[in-house]
Amino acid sequence: MIIEVRDLKKSFGPHRVLDGVSFSIAKGQAVAIIGISGGGKSVLLKHLIGLLTPDAGEIHINGQNIAGMNERRLLQIRRSFGMLFQGAALFDSLTVEQNVGFLLQREGRTAAAEISRRVAEVLELVGLAGTQKKTPAELSGGMRKRVGLARAVIYRPEIVLYDEPTTGLDPIASDSIDQLIRRVVDAFNVTSIAVTHDMRSVRRISRRILMLHEGRIYADQTPEEIFRSSDPVIYRFVNGIADPLEALSPISP
Amino acid sequence: MTDLAKQLVRDWFGGLGRGALLCRDILSSLFTVKPVWRDVVYQVYFIGVKSQLVVAVTGAFTGMVLCYQSYIQFHRVRMDSATLAVVAVSMGSELGPVLTGLMVAGRVGAAIAAEIGTMRVTEQIDALRTLAAHPVDYLVVPRFLAMLLAMPLLTAESIALGIGAAYVVATFLLGINPADAWHQMIRHTDDVDIMTGLIKTFIYGGIIAVVACYKGLTCPQGAEGVGHATTEAVVYSSIAILICNFFLTMLLNTLLQ
Repeated sequence: MIIEVRDLKKSFGPHRVLDGVSFSIAKGQAVAIIGISGGGKSVLLKHLIGLLTPDAGEIHINGQNIAGMNERRLLQIRRSFGMLFQGAALFDSLTVEQNVGFLLQREGRTAAAEISRRVAEVLELVGLAGTQKKTPAELSGGMRKRVGLARAVIYRPEIVLYDEPTTGLDPIASDSIDQLIRRVVDAFNVTSIAVTHDMRSVRRISRRILMLHEGRIYADQTPEEIFRSSDPVIYRFVNGIADPLEALSPISP
Repeated sequence: MTDLAKQLVRDWFGGLGRGALLCRDILSSLFTVKPVWRDVVYQVYFIGVKSQLVVAVTGAFTGMVLCYQSYIQFHRVRMDSATLAVVAVSMGSELGPVLTGLMVAGRVGAAIAAEIGTMRVTEQIDALRTLAAHPVDYLVVPRFLAMLLAMPLLTAESIALGIGAAYVVATFLLGINPADAWHQMIRHTDDVDIMTGLIKTFIYGGIIAVVACYKGLTCPQGAEGVGHATTEAVVYSSIAILICNFFLTMLLNTLLQ
C-alpha cells in the first residue's frame, strides 16, 4: 500500500472533524473522497501530505509514519507528492514558468535549459503552451488550475492530490480539468486522490470512492456502486437532496 | 481569574512560545541551509533602498528640531556651541536607531506581514511546503538577513543626515559659529555613541523581521485576518523596540564605556 491511514482523529477547538478515519490506497489507484462541504475532506487531504498534524492516529506513506514527523523530514517525504490546491495557490510574484519550475529550480540539480524544456513540455500537456512569461494575475480561473496542475506533476511525483479541482469553474472548464487529470494519471501512472463534491467529476476521474460522513469513512465503493446505492445518506448526497427535516426547520432570525 | 483573563494569558504565552520556535527555526536554517543570496539582495533593495526617503526625512527633520530646541536652552546659559554636540550624541545613540527602527517597522514590517499573511490565506505557504521548500528558508531567512544588513546602513544615513541638517540650522539659521560648533561636536561625541546606535539598530532589525514574519505566518484567515496581522506586526515590533532600547542602552553603556 502506498498510503495507509489508521484511526485518524483531528479536532479544531470543540469541533471534531475527523473521528477515526481508516483506509488504504494501493499504488496507481484513482480515488475520490466525497462528502458534504465542511465535512473534513480537505482536512483529510492535508493530513496525507503532512500539512496538518493529527491529534491521534497514523498516516503511513510508503511504509513511513508521517504523523508527528518534523517539517524538515516531511519536506523529503513530500517530494513524492504533487498537490493541486482549490484556488491553485500560484505564487503571485513569479511568472508561470517560475511557478511550474519552482521545485526543480530550488533543488538546483537540473540545468536551467532542461528546466525550461520540461516546463514547456508540461505546459503543452495542460494546453497552455507559450504562456511561460505570463503572471498568475493575467490568467483565468481555469488556466490557473491548469498551471497548478503542471506545477504539481513536473517532477513526476508518485502521488497527486487534488483539492476541489473543479470548484468555481464552468462546466466546460470543469470537463477539461477532469480530462487533464485522466491524462496525467495515464501519462505518469500516478496514484491520484481527489477531494470533491462535484459528482460529475467524481464519475470521470475516479475508480474508487471514499465517502466521508460525520468524521468517518461511511462508504468505500466503486463509482457504479455509489451511484446505484439505495443507502439514504449516499443517495441524498449523490442526488443532491437535502434532509427534509433540516429543510423544513424554521429559519432562525 | 476570569476565563477571559486565563485565555489572554494562555494566548500570550502561546505566542511567545511560537515566536521562540520561529527563532529556533531561523537559527537552524542559518546554520544548515545555504541562503539564496539573490533573494537576500532583492530584500535588501526592498527594505534598504526603498526605505531611504522615509528614513532620510525623519532623520533630517528630527536633527533640525532637536538642534533648534537645544539651542533655545543652551542660549540662555551662553553655551550655544554645545548645541551640535548634543544633537550628535542624541542622534547617534538614541534617536537615530529608535526612529529608524520605528519608521522601518511601519513601512517594511507592515509590508512583510501583509505579504506573508496574504500568502498564508491564499494557501501559497502550503503550496511552498508541498514543493519541498521550508517557509522559514524561503520567506523568513532572506528577510531576516536583509534586515540585519540594511538597518545599520539606514541608521547611519539617518544619523548623518540628522547631524548635517542640524549643522545647517545651527550655522545658517541660528548663527552659531561653524568651527566652534563642529569642534565641540567632535570633542563630545565618542565612537562609542555611534557604535551603541549601530549595535542597537542591528538588533531592532532582527526584532522587526521576526515579529513581522511571525505575524504573517500565523495570520488568521480572511482579509480581516491580514489586516489584523499587519497592524499587530507594526504595534508589537514598535513596542518591542522601545522596551529593548532602554535595556540595551543600560547594557551597552556598561559594556562599552
